[in-house]
Amino acid sequence: MKVKLKFTRQSLCSALASILILSAMLFAAGCSEDIDPNEPSGFVQIKGSDTIVNAAQKIAEEFMKDYPHVFVAVTGGGSGVGIASLINKTCDIATASREMKPKEIEMAEQRGVFPKEFTVAYDGVAVIVSKDNPIDKLTIEDLHRIFTGKVTNWEEFGGKDLHIVTLSREVSSGTHMYFKEEVVQLGKKDNHDEFSPETLLLTSSQTIVEEVAANDAAIGYLGMGYVSDRTKALLVAKGDEFHPPDINNVISKAYPLSRGLYFYTNGEPNGVTKLFMDFALSPKGQQQFIETGFVPVKAEEKETMDEGTLNAQKD
Amino acid sequence: MHRRISEYIIESLIRLSGFLVIAFVFLIFLFLLRDSLSLFKEYKIGEFLFGRNWLPISEPPKFGIVPLFLGSIYVTAGAIVICVPVGIAAAMFIAEVAPTFLKNILKSLIEILAAIPSVVLGFIGIVWLSPYLKQTMGLSTGMCGLTGSLLLAFMALPTIISISEDALVGVPRAYKEAAFGLGATRWQALWRIVLPAASPGIIAGVMLGIGRVIGETMVVMMVTGNSPVVPTSILQPLRTLTATIAGEMGETVSGSEHYFALFAVGLVLFIITFIINFIADSCLRRARK
Repeated sequence: MKVKLKFTRQSLCSALASILILSAMLFAAGCSEDIDPNEPSGFVQIKGSDTIVNAAQKIAEEFMKDYPHVFVAVTGGGSGVGIASLINKTCDIATASREMKPKEIEMAEQRGVFPKEFTVAYDGVAVIVSKDNPIDKLTIEDLHRIFTGKVTNWEEFGGKDLHIVTLSREVSSGTHMYFKEEVVQLGKKDNHDEFSPETLLLTSSQTIVEEVAANDAAIGYLGMGYVSDRTKALLVAKGDEFHPPDINNVISKAYPLSRGLYFYTNGEPNGVTKLFMDFALSPKGQQQFIETGFVPVKAEEKETMDEGTLNAQKD
Repeated sequence: MHRRISEYIIESLIRLSGFLVIAFVFLIFLFLLRDSLSLFKEYKIGEFLFGRNWLPISEPPKFGIVPLFLGSIYVTAGAIVICVPVGIAAAMFIAEVAPTFLKNILKSLIEILAAIPSVVLGFIGIVWLSPYLKQTMGLSTGMCGLTGSLLLAFMALPTIISISEDALVGVPRAYKEAAFGLGATRWQALWRIVLPAASPGIIAGVMLGIGRVIGETMVVMMVTGNSPVVPTSILQPLRTLTATIAGEMGETVSGSEHYFALFAVGLVLFIITFIINFIADSCLRRARK
């Protein structure tokens, strides 16, 4: 018995040793690869908006193909998370689906951080309901009454006799802030309406898609990059002209819930961060926004751009 | 001589570890207290403890803890109602009724149950349990307190079962034999003699289970809907203390009012779990006597 134990222990040791040697060799091989000293290398940490996280991830992947020695890490969590970590100096680029508030800029400057804003794309906030919901269009005023809890049944709008379940993102979300200002408070500074406390605060845009797809009575909002054929995006009107959330309506601002998407850096970007910012604003970077369902910033200047290509690219 | 030195070294190392644990708990408490008290310089403590609105990003923000506190209480109470009877019954079965081979299988299965990561349970909750509850109970949404309670009950079961089972097995055999000698049936002996004798241990197990439930974060954040409403029913979406901290911590700037408010929520949670563990501990001590 004792011999057997010794034997197994020995084989275990040798196995461990060989693993160690092997990994050491691999590590050495990895290090010994020749790096052109002129080639940029480094690490970029990007944090923030859940709306942009997919687009940012795609840009990062394309970027790393061009610059294999720069590692880019992208995490979501919400615009608030990105802005907070820019202020706390734990990221290089904060992504946000809303502008920084004056209070946040003040807090940043107190901590020696000077945020510089880049508008990288445009987005429409889509309002989605279940495909089984007969409602196709609502005005901003209707949405206001739904999300503040003034109307609680779909019958009011000619729908089924169901209690409306309102879905929102967590307070860390830039889309939450945008929707609160534009819809819940109707874009008025002196309006202090709040989301109805019954509103479900979900942790990601994907959870909103899941709940809306599964629940006939649910209504939620999210960046139009998340609109899929599992849910139905409503036509929205400010006044009496209803428009669907699509690229052309966001460019022409006909869709009332259109907004910018932003990247923030601490001061003027430099080194690999600047390289990444330039890449995001280059045609190749902007192309990634188009592919994830957003509107590139340059499209505004290129209004002559063939509508067909834009739509084809979206599909 | 040599032996005495090594003895001394080992002894002082063990003593050091013991003191370190105490120091850590104390430091965590101090740290929470310091940051929480910073909130009350700017925000009235009465409004924090009795406010009925949790609106952290409004102007001016409102940090009323009542909806969160009640949310935690509702979910926890729901979980207890479900898991305590089931847990104790299962412990009685394993300790007194089950044949040995079944006993061994059950014990290892319960250990596996304890090892399921909470995020996996939350995922099951979103994909399967919440649509199921919505349909069968005719709710407006399946993301509600009950979904959270069911999953949390599931998480607390292993703790309750294994500690209760230990307590039941620990009852001296003579008690049972005396009961049989007086003509008691097996059920009578179990229900009237063994169970009361083991009750301090069982209560301790239940309290530890509650401690686990009230501190659980991931599952409740995923399935309870997180509405900061003062709950009136467990079939409603609600928001717990833990989910609030986890959901909002990432976006707060360190040193801001919101940041301190979350620490204050953490302090409240710490005090609750401290009290529960204290009760559990005193029950366990009584059980040993």
